[in-house]
Amino acid sequence: MIYRETGQFKTSYASDQAIFPIVQDRVFVLLVVAAAFVVPPLVASEYWLQAVLIPLLVYALAALGLNLLTGYAGQVSLGTGGFMAVGAYSAFKLSTAFPQVNVILVFLLSGVLAALVGLVFGMPSLRIKGFYLAVATLAAQFFLLWLFNKMPWFVNYSSSGTITAPTRTLFGVTVSGPQATAGARYLVAIGLVTIFALVAKNLVRGRVGRAWMAIRDRDIAAEIIGVRPMRTKLLAFAISSFYCGVAGAELVFLYLGSAETLAFDINLSFLVLFMVIIGGLGSVLGSFLGAAFIVLVPIFLTNVPHLIGLPLPVALQKQIELMVFGALIIFFLIVEPNGLARLWQVSKEKLRLWPFPH
Amino acid sequence: MSRLRAALIGLAALAVALGPLAGPASAQQSIFIPLLVYRTGPYAPSGIPIANGLNDYLNLVNERDGGINGVKLVWEECETQYDTKQGVECYERLKAKNPVVVNPYSTGITYTLIPKAAVDKIVVFSMGYGMTAAADGRWFPWVFSFPTTYWSQASAVIRYMGQQEGGLEKLKGKKIVHIYHNSPYGKEANPTLEELARKYGFELTLLAVDHPGQEQKATWLQVRKINPDWIFLSGWGVMNQVAVKEAAATGVKMDRIVGNWWSANDSDVVPAGEGAKGYKGSTFHAPGTSFKVFQEIEKYVYDKGKGAAKKEEMGAPLYNRGVVNAMFMVEAIRTAMGKYGNKPLTGEQVRWGFENFNLTEQRLEQLGMKGFTHPVKVSCEDHEGNGPLLIQQWDGKKWNVISSWIEPLRDVVRPKIEAAAVEEGKKLNYTMRDCSKEK
Amino acid sequence: MIELLRAVFVAPFADMVGNPTFLVEVLIGGIAAGLMYSLVALGFVLIFKASGVFNFAQGVMVLFAALTLVGLMEKGAPVPVALGLTVIVMIALAFAIERVVLRPLVNQEHIILFMATIGLNFFLEGFGEMAWGANVKKLDVGIPDTSFLVRGVQINRLELTAALTAAALVTVLAVFFQRTKIGRALRAVADDHEAALSVGIPLKTIWVVVWSVAGLVAIVAGVMWGAKSGVQFSLSLIALKALPVLILGGFTSVPGAIVGGLIIGVGEKLGEVYWGPLVGGAIENWFAYVLALAFLLIRPQGLFGEKIIERV
Repeated sequence: MIYRETGQFKTSYASDQAIFPIVQDRVFVLLVVAAAFVVPPLVASEYWLQAVLIPLLVYALAALGLNLLTGYAGQVSLGTGGFMAVGAYSAFKLSTAFPQVNVILVFLLSGVLAALVGLVFGMPSLRIKGFYLAVATLAAQFFLLWLFNKMPWFVNYSSSGTITAPTRTLFGVTVSGPQATAGARYLVAIGLVTIFALVAKNLVRGRVGRAWMAIRDRDIAAEIIGVRPMRTKLLAFAISSFYCGVAGAELVFLYLGSAETLAFDINLSFLVLFMVIIGGLGSVLGSFLGAAFIVLVPIFLTNVPHLIGLPLPVALQKQIELMVFGALIIFFLIVEPNGLARLWQVSKEKLRLWPFPH
Repeated sequence: MSRLRAALIGLAALAVALGPLAGPASAQQSIFIPLLVYRTGPYAPSGIPIANGLNDYLNLVNERDGGINGVKLVWEECETQYDTKQGVECYERLKAKNPVVVNPYSTGITYTLIPKAAVDKIVVFSMGYGMTAAADGRWFPWVFSFPTTYWSQASAVIRYMGQQEGGLEKLKGKKIVHIYHNSPYGKEANPTLEELARKYGFELTLLAVDHPGQEQKATWLQVRKINPDWIFLSGWGVMNQVAVKEAAATGVKMDRIVGNWWSANDSDVVPAGEGAKGYKGSTFHAPGTSFKVFQEIEKYVYDKGKGAAKKEEMGAPLYNRGVVNAMFMVEAIRTAMGKYGNKPLTGEQVRWGFENFNLTEQRLEQLGMKGFTHPVKVSCEDHEGNGPLLIQQWDGKKWNVISSWIEPLRDVVRPKIEAAAVEEGKKLNYTMRDCSKEK
Repeated sequence: MIELLRAVFVAPFADMVGNPTFLVEVLIGGIAAGLMYSLVALGFVLIFKASGVFNFAQGVMVLFAALTLVGLMEKGAPVPVALGLTVIVMIALAFAIERVVLRPLVNQEHIILFMATIGLNFFLEGFGEMAWGANVKKLDVGIPDTSFLVRGVQINRLELTAALTAAALVTVLAVFFQRTKIGRALRAVADDHEAALSVGIPLKTIWVVVWSVAGLVAIVAGVMWGAKSGVQFSLSLIALKALPVLILGGFTSVPGAIVGGLIIGVGEKLGEVYWGPLVGGAIENWFAYVLALAFLLIRPQGLFGEKIIERV
């Protein structure tokens, strides 16, 4: 009843191939996206923007990148932190070396540099598969962080050893640096992530995505029917690292404002992998849902004791938070092993038929 | 199962919608201080005593004195696990309660908060850590790091080593090794040490230990090969415990190792047991509970059941660190009240209090802290107070102070601070204040 | 340029030859460290071999085992009693994991099971800290952490004990897998769950057995590492150091864990001591992974791992 699809006929190939063929879906998504652009900068408090929404968007972009590599192309990678670091440090160097260049262009260029690095570290994937590859990408993770720690050139020889986002403006509004408002940074983040999500969605629907999925499912058979494994895998690494690089640049410029290498360590790689698996491997929506889960659940768990008026000592609270978080992960995996995106898909299918059961 | 699923989805949606609502508005007649601590996670052994010390001293002020000049203190702990992202979340959430000063207790969190705090008008008190360049108050009016900084510490430790050898000139030709945590924190002392090596002619070897430092065999093999006269340790967390253990196991003479003030706590020497005897560390306050203030904490806080730790844990170096941190904050706020009156103050007013902080010997005696720490004077240019160090030594059961106050080498350190401050300040688009105009 | 080539290819070897006692010390240090890594890698191998699950929580299990042991000892239990109780706790943990995590997820893809162990990792982390506190605890098993000299070469007692324990453990496990009935059953389950079920092997019991044995290995690893650094949270990060050992030796091979450990340990130490100073040191972490990666390029399933047979 909600999805009254009667009368919706497609009269052109283009409309049939649309991302959201059902009108209700399209309207809903457009409304949500518009609301996401308009509502938070006007209504949300500084805390919500700075500590919840901006990190969510930054992680969502990184999760999107990793999902392309792991979910669609089937190459498990634990080097996400390292690639994000490449993006962050190159954005810092580019921006400080060429201050007049537009900050969005700086992000894109740092993404390209991260893609090149990803290409290099993706070469082992031509020979190594599965969990072995995951552990091999850890070599990238540790080496890149060591490199950034070791060479003072990367931090412009500063005595502090950290990189700080310089003040940059976009259309006259300050979007990075200490004077940038949370609202401005949020708008840049959501703008970038929307565009990249659209690009990703079209990539995976097209020939490239199908090649990736072929490699993921049966790579020998894929090779036999003409999918070139080297090109496909390396392209996956490159594009995924591009996304992660831009996310890394956003992490420093839009979220934290400054960072040291510890911010990109192995925990970040694992965190993004969790987002991808919980959200759903092989799903663009899944990246967002996974990021939302990982960002919101700990914050929710931290604030629940305050809400119900139960003052727990902070250590106990954190430990219970960890336990509940772990339990929730296991619970969601048992309930829906294919991730939150599948849950959403199933509920949508049910909604299409509602109130009929089948 | 599908109903369960639907219920779950509904619950999750509700959870997301409710989210973190703002806490209750802070009481009007009080001053709020957020405490960013870590009682869990990899650095908990170091974070727990600091948090306890902070809690106990603030409780003492409320219980014994009824607050600062009648204005009660309110504080709230927030767990950061030493992680920058959680630290930012804590800061943003507790900003709603109008805090006046924040202690980030992590280099990463400090760097992230420094630009924010200037805009939010909250003092960043990074006591003995954080951005060393911020010691130049002309560039960073909102950041305070007294009583001393890493670069001063490095110079003072070298002076101590020189004293032990019979004079700084006697260091010529000697071998000194700096074992440091491979992070910006660990590397802090290196430029100062290199300059002092050039000046006094000792052979400096820098050995980095990768995070987290659980396995240090290669480092200590190299130490054995070099056979240095002195070792300076800048570690954190498990790196300290393993370093002390490896040193004891490799047969290094423990009284030739000096740890910096984050590497010389009870938790660092306990795992090594007997082997750690003789290990030295630097500090800017005495360890132990032989000062009147600790009896008062026992009487007013622990005997009323409000103690944060166990009584035996009082006196540990990092516990005392928390106490001294809290004391500095309280006295700075008191200084501010001297000008602005005995009422809940704003961040701006507290900042003035920090900048005009003058802790005298008499005041220390009044506080029951005679000999506990050194008098401090802060000024507009000097947010470091340029304080001296003490060297303490572990005798197997407790820490004992084995030196008198050692001054840092100001003529080497201050110019470097000023140069670094220009660099860091320009990065954030700050302009240098003119202190003479502000008198 | 010549300087660089000389520094990389000539000087370190000259150094090694010029100071042979020191070289022996570095080798011994590497072997000792490598065997300590193997202790942790063994846990991974056991579980992967028998259930195909990459147990992300192995590091935390090591920590949990050490915490339980030390916690019980602090409460006054004498060492053998505390040890016995810890064994019981780890077996109970294995039962709980099988019931709550493995049984509902039977037949799921490997990456899902991997994710479940990640959830387990968080849970055990919080639970262990909640139960025993976050402070660092001294672990004294009666072996002094001192060194003695053998012809000018320094050997550490604690590391020697750890090395011998690791060797003994590996021998016992190898015999267990090859000679006993349960060992055969474990290998059958590792090959094919459904086929094993169809010949009557009780899957649930096997999994409990495997996770218990992994838990026991975790106790040994926890004791050795905990004696080295005190029992605290960072113990769980040892798992990261054990991963290169795993990939070099192969995920499914018990002797591979030992050989891999030796290669990684020695390689790491040699690299750090002789080539490290050239680039500023602290290269151990990534050097181990690069070393493992280099071996993988020649044998993609690890030195002793099962050859991955792919069918179209």
